[in-house]
Amino acid sequence: MFALAAAAIFLLAEPLLAQTAFGPPRTAQPTSGFFGWIFAQQAAFYGQLREAIKAARTDGSAAWALVSISFLYGIFHAAGPGHGKAVIASYMIADNATWKRGALLAAISAFVQACVAVLFVGIAVLVFGTTARNMNVAAGAIEIVAYSLIVLLGLYLLWKKSAAFVAALRGEPDPHDHHHHGHDHAHHHDHAHEHHGHSHGPEPAELKGKDWFRRGMVAAFAAGLRPCSGAIIVLVFAAAQGIFLIGVGATFAMGLGVAITVTAIALLAVFGKNVAVRLAGAMGGRSELMLRGIEVAGALIVIALGMLLLFGYLAYERLLPF
Amino acid sequence: MAPKAVLRIIATAVFIAAGIGIALSHPHVLTTVRSEVVFGKDGAISGIRYAWTFDEFFSEFAIQGLDTNKDGVYSREELAELAKINVETLQESDYFTFGKSGEGKLAFAQPTDYWLEYKDKLLTLHFTLPVKSGARKGGVSLDVFDPTYFVAFSFAEQDPVKLVNAPANCAFDVKRPAPLSGPQRPESFFNALPSDFGAQFANSVIITCK
Repeated sequence: MFALAAAAIFLLAEPLLAQTAFGPPRTAQPTSGFFGWIFAQQAAFYGQLREAIKAARTDGSAAWALVSISFLYGIFHAAGPGHGKAVIASYMIADNATWKRGALLAAISAFVQACVAVLFVGIAVLVFGTTARNMNVAAGAIEIVAYSLIVLLGLYLLWKKSAAFVAALRGEPDPHDHHHHGHDHAHHHDHAHEHHGHSHGPEPAELKGKDWFRRGMVAAFAAGLRPCSGAIIVLVFAAAQGIFLIGVGATFAMGLGVAITVTAIALLAVFGKNVAVRLAGAMGGRSELMLRGIEVAGALIVIALGMLLLFGYLAYERLLPF
Repeated sequence: MAPKAVLRIIATAVFIAAGIGIALSHPHVLTTVRSEVVFGKDGAISGIRYAWTFDEFFSEFAIQGLDTNKDGVYSREELAELAKINVETLQESDYFTFGKSGEGKLAFAQPTDYWLEYKDKLLTLHFTLPVKSGARKGGVSLDVFDPTYFVAFSFAEQDPVKLVNAPANCAFDVKRPAPLSGPQRPESFFNALPSDFGAQFANSVIITCK
């Protein structure tokens, strides 16, 4: 399990790299190669985005340039911390991943994030005329809700998936038909439709599962709840220039770009999981056990991510430098 | 089955997925720095008078809701509370100022004479940063940067540094960071740097007194 553990730690370390509001950074930021290039791109597009907003203030036709720049910025910026990549990817590993579901969740979480940013600034600035510091406090409150939701989702997944894992470990096809000695499995009875006994991917019944959709919505909502700091600053600026609606357009274009990147990452996670399960099957192994094991690991990663975010060991973006 | 092979594949996939996240966020605040380096009678550095001007976007964000008398002017009084919070919080990040005098590191005391000024849509934080300890006669080097690179500092184009009450034989040299998207820099440049990322975007003043 070393490789898996190492991978999990790496996944967790992702936002950690961006950590520390103050004090020394945990690690170096890549300056060359692919990641350095992404970094340079998002920095460049952020600069262009600012210029485009300023231009849109006086020139209506500049709004279209702004929308396209926002879209490109979103694609690269989603590679930065936040934006729910890690949460969505590990959720996809934990819970019946399919390509379509991965794309759907990524799109919904990006859409939620754009909506939250617009509502956040709309209410704070246009309705209450609140201060930046109070916005910072409000963003902190949103974070607590979002991260708690991630932890709860992870715990729920762990509860369900570990039972399926134990059943697979015993070579039993379905945990619901059995009462294991020494374990209380009473909680499974509510979800009798959920589990399945065969190895390759989700069952048709599960694809349509309302249960999954509900959990998926929670994941997408929790991952997208914390608004992107860049979007907030752009929206506040747009509001101050009297072009709030143009800022809203830019924010949703940005959200579309973010959705593309997060989808790509979620699909990578789904692909990795499917390949692993298929290989285990092809090698004559217990792919059911493999599938369940991976799902339990995914659930644990979701919990760990939520906890680390909640207790401030991982950071999304900040709003204020000091 | 061959669990190792399978796990290696999972690990690779997760690694790739997570690795894309390594590309970190860009700076969200751009700050233009002007400094007056003040010397004491003993010929050693005694403090820095800073003026940090924030970019148009962050300036607009920071002053939200602070025009309490609604006269359209953000007065020094209206911004006083924010200035106080700013300098107090800056302590946690060592004022983004990393100085050496001779062989020793400079330690700074709490800022004095601080205020915020809003002019031409830009917000400027003025403060004096007294040197608490570590000052010695002779040379001083000061680096200004955010190790987390949330704030990008850059020295002002014109007159970024002034020396005040400096001994007559002192001269200074200003070093600015290379542009981010510029041509590939030699590997040795990175290897020579400390592990913190923001440091390579440091703006430095090197004062030498003969």
